[in-house]
Amino acid sequence: MANIELDLPQLDVPQLDVRDGVDRETIETVAAMGAYKYGWATDIEMDYAPKGLSEDIVRLISAKNGEPDWLLDWRLAAYRRWLGMEEPHWAMLTYPKIDYQDQYYYATPRSMAVKPKSLDEVDPKLLATYKKLGIPLKEQALLAGVEAPEGERRVAVDAVFDSVSVGTTFKAELAKAGVIFCSISEAVKEHPDLVRKYLGSVVPPTDNFFATLNSAVFSDGSFVYIPPGTRCPMELSTYFRINAENTGQFERTLIICDRGAYVSYLEGCTAPKRDTHQLHAAVVELVILEDAEVKYSTVQNWYPGDEEGRGGIYNFVTKRADCREARARVMWTQVETGSAITWKYPSCILRGDDSQGEFYSIAIANNAQQADTGTKMIHLGKRTKSRIVSKGISAGRAQNTYRGLVSMHPKATDSRNYTQCDSLLIGDQCGAHTVPYIEVKNTSSRVEHEATTSKVDEDQLFYCRSRGMSEEEAVALVVNGFCREVLQALPMEFAMEAQSLVAISLEGSVG
Amino acid sequence: MLEIKNLHVKLEEEDKQILKGVTLSIGAGEVHAIMGPNGSGKSTLSYVLSGRDGYSVTDGSATLDGADLLAMEPEVRAAQGLFLAFQYPVEIPGVGNMTFLRTALNAQRKTRGEPEISAGDFLKLVREKAKALKIDADMLKRPVNVGFSGGEKKRNEILQMAMLEPKMCILDETDSGLDVDAMKLVSEGVNALRSAGRSFLVITHYQRLLDHIKPDVVHIMAAGRIIKTGGPELALEVENNGYADLLAEVQ
Repeated sequence: MANIELDLPQLDVPQLDVRDGVDRETIETVAAMGAYKYGWATDIEMDYAPKGLSEDIVRLISAKNGEPDWLLDWRLAAYRRWLGMEEPHWAMLTYPKIDYQDQYYYATPRSMAVKPKSLDEVDPKLLATYKKLGIPLKEQALLAGVEAPEGERRVAVDAVFDSVSVGTTFKAELAKAGVIFCSISEAVKEHPDLVRKYLGSVVPPTDNFFATLNSAVFSDGSFVYIPPGTRCPMELSTYFRINAENTGQFERTLIICDRGAYVSYLEGCTAPKRDTHQLHAAVVELVILEDAEVKYSTVQNWYPGDEEGRGGIYNFVTKRADCREARARVMWTQVETGSAITWKYPSCILRGDDSQGEFYSIAIANNAQQADTGTKMIHLGKRTKSRIVSKGISAGRAQNTYRGLVSMHPKATDSRNYTQCDSLLIGDQCGAHTVPYIEVKNTSSRVEHEATTSKVDEDQLFYCRSRGMSEEEAVALVVNGFCREVLQALPMEFAMEAQSLVAISLEGSVG
Repeated sequence: MLEIKNLHVKLEEEDKQILKGVTLSIGAGEVHAIMGPNGSGKSTLSYVLSGRDGYSVTDGSATLDGADLLAMEPEVRAAQGLFLAFQYPVEIPGVGNMTFLRTALNAQRKTRGEPEISAGDFLKLVREKAKALKIDADMLKRPVNVGFSGGEKKRNEILQMAMLEPKMCILDETDSGLDVDAMKLVSEGVNALRSAGRSFLVITHYQRLLDHIKPDVVHIMAAGRIIKTGGPELALEVENNGYADLLAEVQ
């Protein structure tokens, strides 16, 4: 284990490439894995916009959402800019060229043509879909004025199905606390001032190829506003489901946490098994004002593709939090187990003095999956603090890269960062890579970077088995131990789910 | 209890015969010790019995209460009551000692078709067993064997043994790396577990462990065979004269 303190300006640490092995059986049984639980599709009548991307499609999406002119213009400006941009290829990802004209940009269940006024009016097929996914779209107990049984977690859900939000629960109760939680298309209509003020203020439409594409074609997503001094009375969550074939999902999430407010937000995603790749390019913007705090947790479980790398979601996501004022705090926690390709760097702009950013990540890549994920901590304010804990697990033939930037600007005096980056290898055909970029432009800040690479070794597995655990229990135990610090950062019930997901994702990876 | 007949074992990867016909019979409640010089095959015997990869059995058999041990997966052997206290207990970072114990205990119960132990009962049991081995609450919370001293690791092995209640316990050089006090504590732990239905195979290099854990039978192993079997006095003979005389006697 290396513990290096770096205060050199502009230091780029060279890429580390480690390959190591257990035994052949391990690799063979990796191929036997295939436990994706959410691979079924909902048979439902859909309306599609014509295939491909053009100004007309952008106008159509805007019209479908009944948007004001300023937003249409905003989209069109993004689209025109996007036409001149090139897809980035600096990540350690290999995939065939994406044909942006060969997919649908808008797909909605026909039953959603007229937006349901309440959850009772939502198409039973859609409700059944979420029920099967284990996502409660019900709030009867509450509507009837009955308290939820003690210990039962109440979570408000916004459910996004392909291009549209099908419903949001607990809206009325949240409204009592002054909290706005609705789909972004609804927010554009109901809260135009807030949307107009903050949309694109963290991730501008010009930010990067995928964010610009999203700005042009985003169809729906979630909107949250927590008023000053308010602790959101329950956890909020959005559940994304891609169902339609050959359709990209482009959602946009905007969360504004006003002064002294607090919210914990959860995000989950799944998709059916398909032989073809599907594009998912989302943007998430968090605006955090003075003394406010946002916890944003993701369990990303998009369909990862089969053992040979057929199908699976291409997940190109831009997530960024702006700690805009003093003492703002953000904590990103992600468990990335799905997707054929993951390109995702939830970042923190630590603008306010004494603001804090944390990033906890578990990225699992099995079979032919490729993940290039990490974070950026941009220290602008004085005495800002950041912490990065990244746990990458590679199995099968997967490639898993941590890519991160820690940047201390000249004015960010007396700031601190601590980064811990651990890789775990299962088998001898996978790869773990760590690409940390560190820039320090003042002399009073401190940056620490620790990195380890290890493997699940036969001794650990034999030790567990000699005590009575099956091989799969043993792998799950060892890997969950490896991920412990990150699992502990998740809300409790979510942590349990993530823990079993870790086990499922690696099922059959050792034999 | 444990019947080993004419056991021949070679390394899987290379053509090296390690056990060349080991025959051993341990009755219920008996304590047998195996002593022998380095490289005689003592540890290999413990690994083969518990099912570690990397060895091929070329001849012979091993049964536990009549069941073919060698045909079982390691976890099934454990559920059937076989336990190996490791010479070098393995570290598992991030996994709390309690979590490990509970997972192991419930896994064995599941294999045997028994219900899982409740959290309350488990806690009560582990506290009681830990106390006897002077294992404090802190050590139960720490990750399995990570940062444990040599003595703590061995006490932890005995704690696992006490929790899992096996019927056939193999102790592989449990005395190595222990100071006098730790050895006493470990031995007391083992002695407390001695019962009419539980047998022990104590593998050791030195006689001193056998001062604390009194064996019924002592075997001397050399070059992959048991060359002499006797009572506790055999261990003393080795202590006084070394292995050279015994080896010469056989040759």
